Amino acid sequence: MVLRGKVWKFGDSISTDLICPGRYFHLRSNLPELAKHVLEDADPEFASKMNTGDFVVAGQNFGLGSSREHAPTIIKLAGVSAVLAKSFARIFYRNAINVGLPLLECDTDKISEGDELEIDLATGSIRNKTQNVQLESTPLPKAMLNILNDGGLLAHIQKHGDFKLD
Amino acid sequence: MAKTLAEKILSAKSGQDAKAGDIVIAQVDVAAFQDGTGPLGVRQLQKMNLEQVKARYSIFFIDHAAPSPRKELSNDHILLRTFAEKTGAILSEVGEGVIHQRLVEAYAKPGDVLIGGDSHSCTSGALGAFATGMGSTDVAIGMALGKTWFKIPETYRINVKNSFKPGVFSKDLILYIIGTLGADGATYKALEFDGEAIDRMSMESRFVLSNMAVEAGAKTGLIASDEVTREYLKKRGREKDWTALSPDDGASYERVVDIDAADLVPQIAFPHTVDNTRTVDQAQDIKIDQAFIGTCTNGRIEDLQIAAKILKGKKVAKKTRLIVCPASRDVYLDAMENGLLEVFVRAGGIIMGPGCGPCVGVHEGVLGDKEVCLSTANRNFKGRMGNPEGYVYLASPATVAYSALKGTISDPREVLGKE
Ligand code: SF4
Repeated sequence: MVLRGKVWKFGDSISTDLICPGRYFHLRSNLPELAKHVLEDADPEFASKMNTGDFVVAGQNFGLGSSREHAPTIIKLAGVSAVLAKSFARIFYRNAINVGLPLLECDTDKISEGDELEIDLATGSIRNKTQNVQLESTPLPKAMLNILNDGGLLAHIQKHGDFKLD
Repeated sequence: MAKTLAEKILSAKSGQDAKAGDIVIAQVDVAAFQDGTGPLGVRQLQKMNLEQVKARYSIFFIDHAAPSPRKELSNDHILLRTFAEKTGAILSEVGEGVIHQRLVEAYAKPGDVLIGGDSHSCTSGALGAFATGMGSTDVAIGMALGKTWFKIPETYRINVKNSFKPGVFSKDLILYIIGTLGADGATYKALEFDGEAIDRMSMESRFVLSNMAVEAGAKTGLIASDEVTREYLKKRGREKDWTALSPDDGASYERVVDIDAADLVPQIAFPHTVDNTRTVDQAQDIKIDQAFIGTCTNGRIEDLQIAAKILKGKKVAKKTRLIVCPASRDVYLDAMENGLLEVFVRAGGIIMGPGCGPCVGVHEGVLGDKEVCLSTANRNFKGRMGNPEGYVYLASPATVAYSALKGTISDPREVLGKE
């Protein structure tokens, strides 16, 4: 699958509190409403200015902090097609795959705010059309690729009746 | 093959002779949710028509918004209660306490695999359980099927020799470790804490280390199960849950970190990341509006005892509020029976019901703009206490209690160091 969209750039250490603030705890059972606040404490205007299909691009340790699956869920629900970062926190990474939000680990210094990207999810290669550079991302471990390809963990278990990782 | 604790537990629970890097499907002994992650987990199972629980203990803790401050959250609680009733899962009601404190008090045991819909589920690692945090869908499926998948982590061994000087605690040690490794320094790894300082430490102090392993990015923070572990379980009427468990001699570690406990001084994590740690003398004179003693990190009886010792017969500074929140009902009762709660109230503090209290910004102590809180919690991210314009600093209960008296961040060795 090829994804195309524009880049919204964030820094290092974007925590799950920045993505999905604790003060909206009461909206956790109302995901469309919660999604209106996605990344609000990192960029208060993000949800209103982004377009469906755009990319979130960040630095080190994206998604550190709590285990709230609501964080990757509302990024996806807001219409972001993939998150690119230099590195991801562990629980966030696993959650994102489980909810079917593609993540790419790559050298994001070569991407700037507003750049147009074209991403081939099958190969993990990223084309920065604005800067005319090609980037490669670290491939997903096979177990996680299987889950992502099935459409997330729920769909994976529904399809196989069990974990089927190799 | 000589095994680390992580390799040992996950090999036993998967029935495979596995080593770091291997992917295994392991039995889940304890699957736990709190009220912020449970509702999504329950809905996922409902979507799959898989409303069943197969882990030895499947538990829902109502602790983050307890008692509920809003109708939306009250309705989430109803969803959890209904699901528990239908499936036979255990429900930990309002007032019983924070998930991680209750898990170590009553459920987790050495050698277990524990998954929790909360990142600090690594706390039970101090009992020698492979305990880790996951998202709602992972925990829900682990709960319903009684198993989950893991990539067995490489291990960093943290070797702590000697013992602490007065006024220095396990919280200072773990803040120092996180400051040294960095907030992503141990991503995907297991930490194994070992050495004389750990051997001598109470379980209460050990829980602090395992609790905060995730703040260095780690999957879990393990401690061997020894006589201290046995004594703890025995006191809780659970001696039969005890088994000895230690890593094999010659197990292979990706990295070994050596620390001399005697060299440590009180630490403060500055806003807005936990690895932004400095020594207490670099934080002197920072004014605090709110002092908070509680949470799954430092809301245990040992923490309240040291705080009460410092606060006894004194009054907190005029412009500082003190909030104390025992981590569980048992801690609350213990503190009540031993007169600690009275010490806090007479010092000008307020006692919250057992639970997470103000830790995650849902209720009870949300910061105002530009306000500063010195907290015994494990996280100080921007917005953590309900307001992105607030500032959260982290420290040990002794540092927080003494600073509450002074009204500024202060060094508890000024009172404890002289003993
Ligand atoms: S006390 Fe704080 S860190 Fe611990 S479980 Fe509750 S909200 Fe999370």
